[in-house]
Amino acid sequence: MSATPLLEAYDVTRRYRTGESDVHALRGVSLTINRGEFVAIVGASGSGKSTLLHLLGAVDTPDSGRVVFEGRDISTLSDADATRLRLLRVGLVFQRFYLMPTLSALENVSLPMAEAGLGKTERRARATTLLSFVGLGERTSHRPTQLSGGEQQRVAVARALANQPALLLADEPTGELDAATGAALIALLQQLNADGLTCVLVTHDAALARSARRVITMRDGRIVSDEQSSESIA
Amino acid sequence: MRAILAFASLRRHPMRTLLAVLGLAIAAALLIDMVMLATGMRASFRSLLTSRGYELRVTPRGTLPFDTEATVGSASALVESLRAHPDIERVSPSLGSTVQAQRADRARSAFVLGTQPDLQGEYTVVNGRAPLGTDTLPREVIVNAVFLTALGATLGDTITMSTGRSAQLRLSGTPTRVVIVGEGRFLYVPPGLPALSAPLAAVQAFLGHAGRDRISLAMASVRADTSSATANAERTEVVRLWIEKTHARVTAISTETAIVQVEERLAYFRQLAIILGALSLLIGVLLVTTLVSLSVNERLGELAVLRAIGVPRSGVLQQIMLEGFMLGMAGILLGLGLGLVTAQWLNAILRDFPGLPADLDFFVWSAEAAWKSLAMLLVASTVAGALPAWRASQMRVAQALREEAIG
Repeated sequence: MSATPLLEAYDVTRRYRTGESDVHALRGVSLTINRGEFVAIVGASGSGKSTLLHLLGAVDTPDSGRVVFEGRDISTLSDADATRLRLLRVGLVFQRFYLMPTLSALENVSLPMAEAGLGKTERRARATTLLSFVGLGERTSHRPTQLSGGEQQRVAVARALANQPALLLADEPTGELDAATGAALIALLQQLNADGLTCVLVTHDAALARSARRVITMRDGRIVSDEQSSESIA
Repeated sequence: MRAILAFASLRRHPMRTLLAVLGLAIAAALLIDMVMLATGMRASFRSLLTSRGYELRVTPRGTLPFDTEATVGSASALVESLRAHPDIERVSPSLGSTVQAQRADRARSAFVLGTQPDLQGEYTVVNGRAPLGTDTLPREVIVNAVFLTALGATLGDTITMSTGRSAQLRLSGTPTRVVIVGEGRFLYVPPGLPALSAPLAAVQAFLGHAGRDRISLAMASVRADTSSATANAERTEVVRLWIEKTHARVTAISTETAIVQVEERLAYFRQLAIILGALSLLIGVLLVTTLVSLSVNERLGELAVLRAIGVPRSGVLQQIMLEGFMLGMAGILLGLGLGLVTAQWLNAILRDFPGLPADLDFFVWSAEAAWKSLAMLLVASTVAGALPAWRASQMRVAQALREEAIG
């Protein structure tokens, strides 16, 4: 594993309003994630882990502090530049999958590639390969409603990998899956990490957290511990 | 891909989309019908007036053609005077009245028209031939289909024609037997009215004192000025003024004047059509805005994810506006067919309106007007999706994802 930093956060703060009150989601978070790491961010609800994930993936911008991705400050990017960065360099996986229900698995995976300007033939070939990689080679034409929860999340992972990102961010990826399906997904993520992809996960799932080599624990918008996991497989 | 996504969004709720398309189709049908109505009457009336090549209609002073029983006396002198004018190419005099027609035990009141068959512009021969000229009582007549049906007659049948007795109109009530030699389409006769025509001199003789050297109408064709349409119109106006100045007993109406008069009479009709057309456009816009807003609100999380995985604001905007465009396009295609069918149906109803020429159409297809109005609806329905599309494209992705996670 290379020790080159992929992501760096410097004293990042983020505050937002919910209803009448201000929520201090992040209170001066600093961290460095190197290329090839498999990091789990854990913590109670409201501890700021999803907010941190959004900042690391250029989905959101900090109120203060800096986030540097591949040596580039992404906290001041324009919306268009941040969108382009997410499209090409970051893969995102969500708890609720969020696949387009009327598109097939193949079309769902092709979506970011189309956005990146890939031709139809190349999109189709790459999407087929990705779906085969996540174990859904026989189900490319199925719609999300014809797939189980685990299969849908695998399609979501394939979609996140569509443009060969440098970073995979997953927000509670096993949150809607049963234990066995969750374990299969964890194995898939480990395989991706073993192939060199940097993975950062936000999770409540103890099994998923244990599978990461590094576990960052958050509380009240701060990092309270940052440890290498002794139980990690790799 | 945007089109695929837009189409996929619409397919997600097929019944809702179908109902929206039907609503838009009705709005489009109403719009196209109103456009056809607003522009059609004028076009149809112009076509009717100019179909036989006469630009001027000379009637008893202050009347419209066959609007009353009024006639002009010393008709021969009037017609000769008109024919002597260097800019008048030909003149077709005619006399209209009401007669009783009888065949076997069937009798009907009918409109009789005396014309000069070789010059007349009031009917076209559909079957058989025009009646031959005579200056005594009529021997032959051409009738319309309504007349044949009403009397159960066919070509070659002999019928009895008589004037009603009227001391006031000096009608003698003398019967005469005539042979039906042709079936014609009478251009200016209202639907449902039996009509027949015989040579002018014969009808004048038949009507006795009431018809002697009298006409109801003289149509005049002005020699064409080939230099331009404006020059032509100017020449017609000069001739029209000359007729009114020279013959104080008559009114000369040009095609343009007649169209203006008809437009004045039908102004409320046109205004109503324009208002209804605008309303249908507004309904279409509101329908699309409502549906697209509803659809966007339902999938804010999904749209936030699209933005998160790298779809730009413009992409979301385009996709949602495409939904409006697709709804509009489907509604318009369906509405076009629906509009044409309803226009035909409404036209058939309105053509039976009493007192109007049977050949006058209310709804006339004008490709240019139709496409313009439908294009307007298409643009409107696309733009109608712009507000929800803009709102969706401006969403704060992280906030939407956070709210979605909580929700």
